Amino acid sequence: MDMLRSEVRKLAGDDYTTAAHLAHASQQARERKYQDFLIVDVDSHHYESESYKEVFEFIESPVIRRQAVESAKRGGRASMLGGQIGYQDIGGRITRHELRKHDVRRHDQLTRGKHRDIGMTLEWMDAIGVDYACLFPTPMLFLGLHPQVEIEVAMCRAYNRWLCERILAAEPRIVSMLYLPFNDPEAAYRTVKDFGDRKGVVGFMVTSPRYKPVHDNAYVKTYALLEEMGKPIAFHAAYNWHDQALSLTNRFISVHALGFMWFNMVHMTNWVINGMPERFPRLKVMWIESGLTWAYCLMQRLDHSYMMRTSDCPSLKRRPSEYMREMYYSSQPMEKPRDRSILEATFKMINAETQLLWSSDYPHWDFDLPSVIYDLPFLSETARRNILGGNAARVFGLDSKPRKRIPA
Amino acid sequence: MAECFVAKASELADGDRRIVLAGTTEVGVFCKDGAYFGYSNVCVHSGGPACEGLMINRVVDVIAPDRTYEGQTFSDEIHFVCPWHGYEYDLKTGECVGDRRLKLKKFEVVQRGDDIFVIV
Repeated sequence: MDMLRSEVRKLAGDDYTTAAHLAHASQQARERKYQDFLIVDVDSHHYESESYKEVFEFIESPVIRRQAVESAKRGGRASMLGGQIGYQDIGGRITRHELRKHDVRRHDQLTRGKHRDIGMTLEWMDAIGVDYACLFPTPMLFLGLHPQVEIEVAMCRAYNRWLCERILAAEPRIVSMLYLPFNDPEAAYRTVKDFGDRKGVVGFMVTSPRYKPVHDNAYVKTYALLEEMGKPIAFHAAYNWHDQALSLTNRFISVHALGFMWFNMVHMTNWVINGMPERFPRLKVMWIESGLTWAYCLMQRLDHSYMMRTSDCPSLKRRPSEYMREMYYSSQPMEKPRDRSILEATFKMINAETQLLWSSDYPHWDFDLPSVIYDLPFLSETARRNILGGNAARVFGLDSKPRKRIPA
Repeated sequence: MAECFVAKASELADGDRRIVLAGTTEVGVFCKDGAYFGYSNVCVHSGGPACEGLMINRVVDVIAPDRTYEGQTFSDEIHFVCPWHGYEYDLKTGECVGDRRLKLKKFEVVQRGDDIFVIV
Protein backbone atom coordinates (compact mmCIF):
# COMPACT_ATOMS: atom_id res chain seq x y z
CA MET A 1 0.00 0.00 0.00
CA ASP A 2 1.22 3.54 -0.73
CA MET A 3 2.57 5.60 2.09
CA LEU A 4 1.10 9.09 2.38
CA ARG A 5 2.88 12.10 3.80
CA SER A 6 1.04 13.26 6.81
CA GLU A 7 1.38 15.38 9.91
CA VAL A 8 0.74 13.93 13.30
CA ARG A 9 0.08 15.93 16.41
CA LYS A 10 -0.81 15.31 20.02
CA LEU A 11 -3.72 16.93 21.83
CA ALA A 12 -3.29 20.44 23.15
CA GLY A 13 -2.17 20.76 26.72
CA ASP A 14 -0.42 23.80 28.13
CA ASP A 15 -0.04 24.98 24.54
CA TYR A 16 -3.83 25.31 24.14
CA THR A 17 -4.92 28.31 22.12
CA THR A 18 -8.36 29.43 21.08
CA ALA A 19 -7.15 29.77 17.49
CA ALA A 20 -6.17 26.08 17.41
CA HIS A 21 -9.39 25.06 19.21
CA LEU A 22 -11.33 26.83 16.44
CA ALA A 23 -9.14 25.69 13.53
CA HIS A 24 -12.08 23.90 11.91
CA ALA A 25 -14.15 27.08 12.19
CA SER A 26 -11.40 28.98 10.36
CA GLN A 27 -11.39 26.31 7.66
CA GLN A 28 -15.15 26.80 7.25
CA ALA A 29 -14.60 30.56 7.04
CA ARG A 30 -12.04 30.18 4.28
CA GLU A 31 -14.08 27.64 2.32
CA ARG A 32 -17.20 29.81 2.46
CA LYS A 33 -15.26 33.00 1.69
CA TYR A 34 -16.47 34.93 4.73
CA GLN A 35 -13.71 37.39 3.96
CA ASP A 36 -15.88 38.83 1.19
CA PHE A 37 -18.73 40.10 3.34
CA LEU A 38 -19.60 41.50 6.74
CA ILE A 39 -20.32 39.19 9.65
CA VAL A 40 -21.56 40.71 12.90
CA ASP A 41 -21.94 38.67 16.06
CA VAL A 42 -24.72 40.33 18.06
CA ASP A 43 -24.26 38.18 21.16
CA SER A 44 -20.87 37.18 22.46
CA HIS A 45 -19.31 37.13 25.90
CA HIS A 46 -16.35 37.61 28.08
CA TYR A 47 -15.90 36.71 31.73
CA GLU A 48 -15.83 40.05 33.51
CA SER A 49 -15.08 38.16 36.72
CA GLU A 50 -11.53 37.72 35.38
CA SER A 51 -11.22 41.51 35.62
CA TYR A 52 -13.15 42.09 38.86
CA LYS A 53 -10.12 43.71 40.50
CA GLU A 54 -10.12 46.42 37.85
CA VAL A 55 -13.92 46.70 37.55
CA PHE A 56 -14.37 47.13 41.30
CA GLU A 57 -12.09 50.18 41.23
CA PHE A 58 -14.81 51.88 39.17
CA ILE A 59 -17.47 51.38 41.89
CA GLU A 60 -18.31 54.89 43.03
CA SER A 61 -19.53 54.16 46.55
CA PRO A 62 -16.51 53.63 48.81
CA VAL A 63 -18.56 51.34 51.07
CA ILE A 64 -19.74 49.06 48.27
CA ARG A 65 -16.30 49.17 46.63
CA ARG A 66 -14.69 47.91 49.80
CA GLN A 67 -17.36 45.20 50.16
CA ALA A 68 -16.72 44.08 46.60
CA VAL A 69 -12.95 44.00 46.95
CA GLU A 70 -13.05 42.14 50.26
CA SER A 71 -15.61 39.62 48.96
CA ALA A 72 -13.32 38.67 46.07
CA LYS A 73 -10.21 38.18 48.18
CA ARG A 74 -10.78 34.53 48.96
CA GLY A 75 -10.73 33.45 45.29
CA GLY A 76 -13.54 32.33 42.97
CA ARG A 77 -16.48 34.58 42.29
CA ALA A 78 -17.04 37.63 44.48
CA SER A 79 -19.45 36.55 47.20
CA MET A 80 -21.02 40.03 47.25
CA LEU A 81 -22.32 39.33 43.77
CA GLY A 82 -23.21 35.68 44.22
CA GLY A 83 -23.88 33.43 41.26
CA GLN A 84 -26.18 30.83 39.87
CA ILE A 85 -26.00 27.06 40.13
CA GLY A 86 -25.10 25.38 36.86
CA TYR A 87 -22.72 22.95 35.16
CA GLN A 88 -22.57 24.38 31.66
CA ASP A 89 -19.29 22.54 31.02
CA ILE A 90 -21.10 19.16 31.16
CA GLY A 91 -18.81 17.69 33.77
CA GLY A 92 -15.66 18.90 32.00
CA ARG A 93 -16.71 17.76 28.52
CA ILE A 94 -16.56 21.35 27.21
CA THR A 95 -12.82 21.56 27.64
CA ARG A 96 -12.32 25.24 26.79
CA HIS A 97 -13.90 26.25 30.11
CA GLU A 98 -10.85 24.84 31.88
CA LEU A 99 -8.27 25.37 29.15
CA ARG A 100 -8.99 29.09 28.69
CA LYS A 101 -6.60 29.73 31.56
CA HIS A 102 -3.78 29.23 29.03
CA ASP A 103 -5.27 31.93 26.81
CA VAL A 104 -5.61 34.27 29.80
CA ARG A 105 -1.97 33.74 30.73
CA ARG A 106 -0.77 34.13 27.14
CA HIS A 107 -2.74 37.30 26.52
CA ASP A 108 -1.61 38.79 29.81
CA GLN A 109 1.86 38.67 28.33
CA LEU A 110 0.80 39.94 24.91
CA THR A 111 -1.13 43.04 25.86
CA ARG A 112 0.71 45.55 23.69
CA GLY A 113 -1.03 48.27 25.70
CA LYS A 114 -4.52 46.90 25.15
CA HIS A 115 -6.60 44.99 27.68
CA ARG A 116 -6.22 41.22 27.61
CA ASP A 117 -9.97 40.81 26.88
CA ILE A 118 -9.51 42.66 23.59
CA GLY A 119 -6.82 40.26 22.40
CA MET A 120 -8.77 37.21 23.55
CA THR A 121 -11.96 38.42 21.85
CA LEU A 122 -10.27 39.34 18.58
CA GLU A 123 -8.61 35.91 18.50
CA TRP A 124 -11.89 33.99 18.40
CA MET A 125 -13.53 36.63 16.20
CA ASP A 126 -10.87 36.22 13.51
CA ALA A 127 -10.89 32.42 13.89
CA ILE A 128 -14.65 32.23 13.32
CA GLY A 129 -14.79 34.99 10.69
CA VAL A 130 -16.46 37.81 12.63
CA ASP A 131 -15.94 41.48 11.82
CA TYR A 132 -17.76 43.06 14.76
CA ALA A 133 -18.79 41.47 18.03
CA CYS A 134 -21.31 42.81 20.51
CA LEU A 135 -19.73 41.84 23.81
CA PHE A 136 -21.69 41.04 26.94
CA PRO A 137 -20.71 40.00 30.47
CA THR A 138 -21.26 36.50 31.86
CA PRO A 139 -21.81 36.34 35.66
CA MET A 140 -23.69 39.64 35.45
CA LEU A 141 -26.39 37.92 33.39
CA PHE A 142 -27.82 36.90 36.78
CA LEU A 143 -27.44 40.28 38.50
CA GLY A 144 -31.14 41.06 38.03
CA LEU A 145 -31.84 38.43 40.68
CA HIS A 146 -29.66 40.08 43.31
CA PRO A 147 -31.72 40.98 46.39
CA GLN A 148 -29.85 44.27 46.85
CA VAL A 149 -30.95 46.68 44.15
CA GLU A 150 -28.16 49.11 45.01
CA ILE A 151 -25.60 46.40 44.25
CA GLU A 152 -27.03 45.92 40.75
CA VAL A 153 -26.91 49.68 40.24
CA ALA A 154 -23.37 50.06 41.59
CA MET A 155 -22.00 47.09 39.68
CA CYS A 156 -23.75 48.09 36.46
CA ARG A 157 -22.28 51.58 36.56
CA ALA A 158 -18.81 50.36 37.41
CA TYR A 159 -18.84 47.68 34.72
CA ASN A 160 -20.21 50.06 32.07
CA ARG A 161 -17.57 52.68 32.89
CA TRP A 162 -14.81 50.04 32.82
CA LEU A 163 -16.10 48.54 29.56
CA CYS A 164 -16.38 51.91 27.83
CA GLU A 165 -12.96 53.11 28.94
CA ARG A 166 -10.86 49.95 28.75
CA ILE A 167 -12.48 47.96 25.93
CA LEU A 168 -14.84 49.91 23.67
CA ALA A 169 -12.68 53.02 23.45
CA ALA A 170 -9.66 50.93 22.50
CA GLU A 171 -11.08 48.54 19.91
CA PRO A 172 -13.53 49.57 17.18
CA ARG A 173 -14.40 45.95 16.27
CA ILE A 174 -15.91 45.38 19.72
CA VAL A 175 -19.19 47.06 20.56
CA SER A 176 -21.76 46.52 23.28
CA MET A 177 -25.30 47.08 24.39
CA LEU A 178 -24.70 48.30 27.90
CA TYR A 179 -26.21 46.69 30.97
CA LEU A 180 -29.29 48.47 32.30
CA PRO A 181 -29.96 48.26 36.09
CA PHE A 182 -33.60 47.49 35.39
CA ASN A 183 -34.55 46.87 39.02
CA ASP A 184 -34.05 50.59 39.62
CA PRO A 185 -36.00 52.44 36.92
CA GLU A 186 -34.44 55.83 37.71
CA ALA A 187 -30.95 54.36 37.55
CA ALA A 188 -31.82 52.70 34.24
CA TYR A 189 -32.87 56.07 32.82
CA ARG A 190 -29.67 57.72 34.08
CA THR A 191 -27.61 54.94 32.51
CA VAL A 192 -29.04 55.65 29.07
CA LYS A 193 -28.53 59.39 29.53
CA ASP A 194 -24.94 59.02 30.75
CA PHE A 195 -23.69 56.35 28.36
CA GLY A 196 -25.87 56.64 25.27
CA ASP A 197 -23.37 58.58 23.21
CA ARG A 198 -20.20 56.75 24.26
CA LYS A 199 -18.00 55.15 21.63
CA GLY A 200 -19.01 51.60 20.80
CA VAL A 201 -22.34 51.75 22.68
CA VAL A 202 -24.83 50.47 20.13
CA GLY A 203 -27.76 49.98 22.49
CA PHE A 204 -28.79 48.88 25.95
CA MET A 205 -29.48 45.48 27.40
CA VAL A 206 -31.76 44.15 30.13
CA THR A 207 -30.84 40.77 31.58
CA SER A 208 -34.10 38.87 31.43
CA PRO A 209 -34.07 36.80 34.64
CA ARG A 210 -35.74 39.26 36.96
CA TYR A 211 -39.15 39.93 38.40
CA LYS A 212 -40.04 43.38 37.09
CA PRO A 213 -42.83 43.88 34.54
CA VAL A 214 -41.46 45.54 31.41
CA HIS A 215 -44.68 47.48 30.89
CA ASP A 216 -44.42 49.29 34.25
CA ASN A 217 -44.93 53.07 33.91
CA ALA A 218 -41.60 53.57 35.68
CA TYR A 219 -39.80 52.54 32.49
CA VAL A 220 -41.71 54.72 30.04
CA LYS A 221 -39.29 57.63 30.10
CA THR A 222 -36.35 55.25 29.50
CA TYR A 223 -38.07 53.72 26.50
CA ALA A 224 -38.89 57.20 25.18
CA LEU A 225 -35.27 58.26 25.53
CA LEU A 226 -34.01 55.14 23.76
CA GLU A 227 -36.48 55.70 20.95
CA GLU A 228 -35.38 59.34 20.63
CA MET A 229 -31.69 58.34 20.58
CA GLY A 230 -32.32 55.58 18.05
CA LYS A 231 -30.68 53.00 20.31
CA PRO A 232 -32.21 49.52 20.52
CA ILE A 233 -33.14 47.80 23.74
CA ALA A 234 -32.33 44.12 24.08
CA PHE A 235 -33.62 41.51 26.48
CA HIS A 236 -30.83 38.99 27.04
CA ALA A 237 -32.04 35.58 28.20
CA ALA A 238 -30.63 33.54 31.04
CA TYR A 239 -32.15 31.13 33.55
CA ASN A 240 -32.98 31.15 37.24
CA TRP A 241 -32.88 27.72 38.84
CA HIS A 242 -34.45 29.22 41.97
CA ASP A 243 -37.54 30.31 40.06
CA GLN A 244 -40.52 28.55 41.65
CA ALA A 245 -41.51 26.64 38.54
CA LEU A 246 -38.03 26.02 37.17
CA SER A 247 -36.87 24.70 40.53
CA LEU A 248 -38.97 21.63 39.76
CA THR A 249 -36.36 20.60 37.16
CA ASN A 250 -33.52 18.39 38.34
CA ARG A 251 -31.00 18.56 35.49
CA PHE A 252 -29.18 21.47 33.92
CA ILE A 253 -30.39 20.47 30.45
CA SER A 254 -33.94 21.11 31.64
CA VAL A 255 -33.47 24.46 33.36
CA HIS A 256 -31.34 25.63 30.45
CA ALA A 257 -33.72 24.51 27.69
CA LEU A 258 -36.71 26.07 29.44
CA GLY A 259 -35.08 28.90 31.34
CA PHE A 260 -33.56 30.61 28.33
CA MET A 261 -37.01 30.92 26.78
CA TRP A 262 -38.92 31.45 30.01
CA PHE A 263 -38.28 35.04 30.95
CA ASN A 264 -38.23 36.32 27.37
CA MET A 265 -41.62 34.69 26.76
CA VAL A 266 -43.00 36.55 29.75
CA HIS A 267 -41.35 39.85 28.81
CA MET A 268 -42.40 39.59 25.16
CA THR A 269 -45.98 38.76 26.12
CA ASN A 270 -46.13 41.74 28.44
CA TRP A 271 -44.49 43.98 25.87
CA VAL A 272 -46.97 43.12 23.16
CA ILE A 273 -50.17 42.75 25.19
CA ASN A 274 -49.62 46.10 26.92
CA GLY A 275 -49.30 47.81 23.56
CA MET A 276 -45.69 48.93 23.93
CA PRO A 277 -45.07 48.68 20.15
CA GLU A 278 -47.95 51.12 19.63
CA ARG A 279 -46.64 53.54 22.26
CA PHE A 280 -43.01 53.31 21.06
CA PRO A 281 -43.29 52.47 17.35
CA ARG A 282 -39.73 53.49 16.53
CA LEU A 283 -38.04 51.75 19.43
CA LYS A 284 -36.05 48.79 18.16
CA VAL A 285 -36.48 45.79 20.45
CA MET A 286 -34.19 42.80 20.32
CA TRP A 287 -34.53 39.38 21.92
CA ILE A 288 -31.26 37.65 22.63
CA GLU A 289 -30.26 34.04 23.24
CA SER A 290 -33.67 32.41 23.38
CA GLY A 291 -33.27 30.64 20.03
CA LEU A 292 -36.14 30.81 17.55
CA THR A 293 -38.76 28.22 18.46
CA TRP A 294 -40.12 30.31 21.34
CA ALA A 295 -41.04 33.15 19.00
CA TYR A 296 -42.64 30.78 16.47
CA CYS A 297 -44.69 29.26 19.28
CA LEU A 298 -45.60 32.53 21.01
CA MET A 299 -46.76 34.23 17.83
CA GLN A 300 -49.29 31.49 17.24
CA ARG A 301 -50.34 31.29 20.85
CA LEU A 302 -50.87 35.03 21.30
CA ASP A 303 -52.64 35.45 17.96
CA HIS A 304 -55.03 32.65 18.87
CA SER A 305 -55.88 34.20 22.24
CA TYR A 306 -55.93 37.78 20.96
CA MET A 307 -58.69 37.16 18.44
CA MET A 308 -60.97 36.03 21.32
CA ARG A 309 -59.89 38.57 23.95
CA THR A 310 -59.32 41.92 22.26
CA SER A 311 -60.76 43.70 25.31
CA ASP A 312 -57.77 42.43 27.31
CA CYS A 313 -55.36 44.30 25.08
CA PRO A 314 -57.22 47.27 23.61
CA SER A 315 -54.07 49.16 22.62
CA LEU A 316 -53.36 46.59 19.91
CA LYS A 317 -54.42 47.55 16.40
CA ARG A 318 -52.92 44.46 14.82
CA ARG A 319 -52.32 40.84 15.70
CA PRO A 320 -49.50 40.17 18.19
CA SER A 321 -47.49 38.29 15.58
CA GLU A 322 -47.45 41.34 13.35
CA TYR A 323 -45.72 43.34 16.04
CA MET A 324 -43.38 40.47 16.79
CA ARG A 325 -42.35 40.27 13.13
CA GLU A 326 -41.05 43.82 13.39
CA MET A 327 -38.77 43.06 16.29
CA TYR A 328 -35.28 41.58 16.14
CA TYR A 329 -34.04 38.18 17.19
CA SER A 330 -30.55 36.86 17.71
CA SER A 331 -30.21 33.40 16.23
CA GLN A 332 -28.29 31.43 18.86
CA PRO A 333 -28.96 28.77 20.10
CA MET A 334 -30.51 28.00 16.74
CA GLU A 335 -32.62 24.89 16.95
CA LYS A 336 -32.12 22.62 13.96
CA PRO A 337 -34.98 20.18 13.47
CA ARG A 338 -34.30 17.15 11.30
CA ASP A 339 -37.22 18.26 9.11
CA ARG A 340 -35.76 21.44 7.63
CA SER A 341 -39.15 22.65 6.46
CA ILE A 342 -39.93 23.44 10.10
CA LEU A 343 -36.92 25.74 10.29
CA GLU A 344 -37.88 27.34 6.98
CA ALA A 345 -41.38 27.98 8.32
CA THR A 346 -39.88 29.49 11.47
CA PHE A 347 -37.73 31.85 9.40
CA LYS A 348 -40.81 32.90 7.45
CA MET A 349 -42.80 33.44 10.62
CA ILE A 350 -40.24 35.79 12.21
CA ASN A 351 -39.45 37.59 8.96
CA ALA A 352 -35.88 36.38 9.26
CA GLU A 353 -34.49 38.02 6.15
CA THR A 354 -34.70 41.44 7.76
CA GLN A 355 -35.22 40.72 11.45
CA LEU A 356 -32.89 37.85 12.29
CA LEU A 357 -29.36 38.65 13.45
CA TRP A 358 -26.76 35.91 13.64
CA SER A 359 -25.03 35.38 16.96
CA SER A 360 -22.43 32.96 18.29
CA ASP A 361 -22.64 33.27 22.09
CA TYR A 362 -18.95 32.35 22.02
CA PRO A 363 -17.25 31.18 24.25
CA HIS A 364 -20.29 29.67 25.98
CA TRP A 365 -20.91 25.96 25.78
CA ASP A 366 -23.57 25.91 23.04
CA PHE A 367 -22.10 28.48 20.67
CA ASP A 368 -23.07 28.67 17.00
CA LEU A 369 -20.89 29.28 13.96
CA PRO A 370 -21.90 31.40 10.94
CA SER A 371 -22.40 28.13 9.06
CA VAL A 372 -25.71 27.58 10.90
CA ILE A 373 -27.03 30.34 8.64
CA TYR A 374 -24.67 30.15 5.69
CA ASP A 375 -25.36 26.47 5.01
CA LEU A 376 -29.16 26.75 4.95
CA PRO A 377 -30.23 25.78 1.43
CA PHE A 378 -33.51 27.72 1.54
CA LEU A 379 -31.81 31.10 1.99
CA SER A 380 -30.83 33.33 -0.90
CA GLU A 381 -27.36 34.85 -0.86
CA THR A 382 -28.92 38.20 0.02
CA ALA A 383 -30.83 36.74 2.95
CA ARG A 384 -27.73 34.90 4.13
CA ARG A 385 -25.61 38.04 4.15
CA ASN A 386 -28.37 40.11 5.74
CA ILE A 387 -28.75 37.68 8.61
CA LEU A 388 -25.01 37.23 9.07
CA GLY A 389 -24.20 40.94 9.14
CA GLY A 390 -26.31 43.27 7.02
CA ASN A 391 -29.22 43.46 9.46
CA ALA A 392 -26.95 44.14 12.43
CA ALA A 393 -25.02 46.78 10.50
CA ARG A 394 -28.31 48.55 9.84
CA VAL A 395 -29.58 48.28 13.43
CA PHE A 396 -26.26 49.26 15.03
CA GLY A 397 -25.09 51.76 12.41
CA LEU A 398 -21.91 49.84 11.56
CA ASP A 399 -19.68 50.22 8.51
CA SER A 400 -20.33 47.33 6.13
CA LYS A 401 -16.70 46.88 5.08
CA PRO A 402 -15.22 43.60 6.40
CA ARG A 403 -12.34 43.98 8.84
CA LYS A 404 -11.61 40.44 9.97
CA ARG A 405 -8.35 38.55 9.55
CA ILE A 406 -9.17 34.87 9.11
CA PRO A 407 -6.09 32.74 9.86
CA ALA A 408 -4.50 31.25 6.75
CA MET B 1 -6.05 4.36 -0.14
CA ALA B 2 -2.76 4.97 1.57
CA GLU B 3 -1.09 4.31 4.88
CA CYS B 4 -0.08 7.09 7.23
CA PHE B 5 2.32 6.54 10.03
CA VAL B 6 0.79 7.49 13.38
CA ALA B 7 3.28 6.65 16.12
CA LYS B 8 5.32 3.91 17.70
CA ALA B 9 3.08 1.64 19.75
CA SER B 10 5.57 1.89 22.59
CA GLU B 11 5.00 5.67 22.66
CA LEU B 12 1.24 5.40 23.02
CA ALA B 13 -0.06 4.93 26.55
CA ASP B 14 -3.56 3.69 27.24
CA GLY B 15 -5.92 6.58 26.49
CA ASP B 16 -3.45 8.42 24.26
CA ARG B 17 -4.52 9.95 21.00
CA ARG B 18 -2.91 11.34 17.90
CA ILE B 19 -4.48 13.54 15.25
CA VAL B 20 -3.28 12.69 11.77
CA LEU B 21 -3.62 15.19 8.95
CA ALA B 22 -3.32 13.36 5.63
CA GLY B 23 -3.97 15.71 2.74
CA THR B 24 -7.34 17.21 3.60
CA THR B 25 -8.39 14.31 5.81
CA GLU B 26 -8.08 14.58 9.56
CA VAL B 27 -8.23 11.38 11.57
CA GLY B 28 -8.20 10.89 15.31
CA VAL B 29 -6.42 7.69 16.34
CA PHE B 30 -7.20 6.36 19.80
CA CYS B 31 -5.28 3.83 21.85
CA LYS B 32 -7.51 2.20 24.44
CA ASP B 33 -7.46 -1.14 26.29
CA GLY B 34 -4.95 -2.61 23.86
CA ALA B 35 -6.94 -1.69 20.76
CA TYR B 36 -6.70 1.15 18.26
CA PHE B 37 -9.55 3.11 16.73
CA GLY B 38 -9.52 5.69 13.96
CA TYR B 39 -12.29 8.17 13.26
CA SER B 40 -12.83 11.31 11.23
CA ASN B 41 -11.96 14.31 13.37
CA VAL B 42 -14.91 16.34 12.02
CA CYS B 43 -17.94 16.32 14.30
CA VAL B 44 -21.28 15.57 12.65
CA HIS B 45 -22.80 18.52 14.54
CA SER B 46 -20.91 21.69 13.56
CA GLY B 47 -17.62 20.35 12.24
CA GLY B 48 -15.70 20.59 15.51
CA PRO B 49 -12.58 18.54 16.37
CA ALA B 50 -14.59 15.49 17.46
CA CYS B 51 -11.60 13.39 18.54
CA GLU B 52 -9.81 16.04 20.58
CA GLY B 53 -11.91 16.21 23.71
CA LEU B 54 -12.50 14.12 26.78
CA MET B 55 -12.67 10.30 26.82
CA ILE B 56 -15.22 9.31 29.43
CA ASN B 57 -17.40 6.35 30.30
CA ARG B 58 -21.08 6.46 29.50
CA VAL B 59 -23.40 7.78 32.21
CA VAL B 60 -26.38 5.55 32.96
CA ASP B 61 -29.42 5.99 35.14
CA VAL B 62 -29.81 3.23 37.70
CA ILE B 63 -33.45 2.18 37.68
CA ALA B 64 -34.51 -0.40 40.24
CA PRO B 65 -36.74 -3.38 39.36
CA ASP B 66 -39.68 -1.47 40.83
CA ARG B 67 -38.84 1.30 38.28
CA THR B 68 -37.80 3.85 40.88
CA TYR B 69 -34.72 5.95 40.18
CA GLU B 70 -31.72 5.15 42.32
CA GLY B 71 -29.05 7.47 40.95
CA GLN B 72 -26.45 7.50 38.19
CA THR B 73 -23.22 5.70 37.54
CA PHE B 74 -20.60 5.20 34.82
CA SER B 75 -20.93 2.09 32.64
CA ASP B 76 -18.13 0.21 30.85
CA GLU B 77 -18.94 1.77 27.49
CA ILE B 78 -16.27 4.33 26.59
CA HIS B 79 -17.15 7.53 24.80
CA PHE B 80 -15.14 10.35 23.36
CA VAL B 81 -16.63 13.83 23.40
CA CYS B 82 -16.34 16.65 20.89
CA PRO B 83 -14.99 19.57 22.92
CA TRP B 84 -16.95 22.22 21.05
CA HIS B 85 -20.46 21.27 22.20
CA GLY B 86 -20.37 17.90 23.95
CA TYR B 87 -21.49 15.50 21.19
CA GLU B 88 -20.57 12.05 22.52
CA TYR B 89 -19.38 9.16 20.37
CA ASP B 90 -19.08 5.44 21.13
CA LEU B 91 -15.38 4.59 20.93
CA LYS B 92 -16.09 1.10 19.57
CA THR B 93 -18.35 2.18 16.70
CA GLY B 94 -18.02 5.95 16.15
CA GLU B 95 -21.78 6.26 16.53
CA CYS B 96 -23.17 9.47 17.99
CA VAL B 97 -24.69 8.47 21.30
CA GLY B 98 -27.59 10.93 21.07
CA ASP B 99 -28.72 9.52 17.71
CA ARG B 100 -26.96 6.39 16.55
CA ARG B 101 -28.03 6.99 12.96
CA LEU B 102 -25.28 9.60 12.92
CA LYS B 103 -21.70 8.35 13.00
CA LEU B 104 -18.16 9.40 12.26
CA LYS B 105 -16.36 7.79 9.36
CA LYS B 106 -14.21 4.94 10.66
CA PHE B 107 -10.61 4.45 9.51
CA GLU B 108 -8.72 1.19 9.82
CA VAL B 109 -5.71 1.27 12.13
CA VAL B 110 -3.04 -1.42 11.69
CA GLN B 111 0.01 -2.35 13.70
CA ARG B 112 3.15 -3.77 12.17
CA GLY B 113 5.77 -4.47 14.78
CA ASP B 114 6.03 -1.31 16.85
CA ASP B 115 4.58 0.93 14.13
CA ILE B 116 0.98 2.10 14.06
CA PHE B 117 -0.54 3.16 10.74
CA VAL B 118 -3.94 4.50 9.79
CA ILE B 119 -5.37 3.71 6.35
CA VAL B 120 -6.72 6.88 4.73
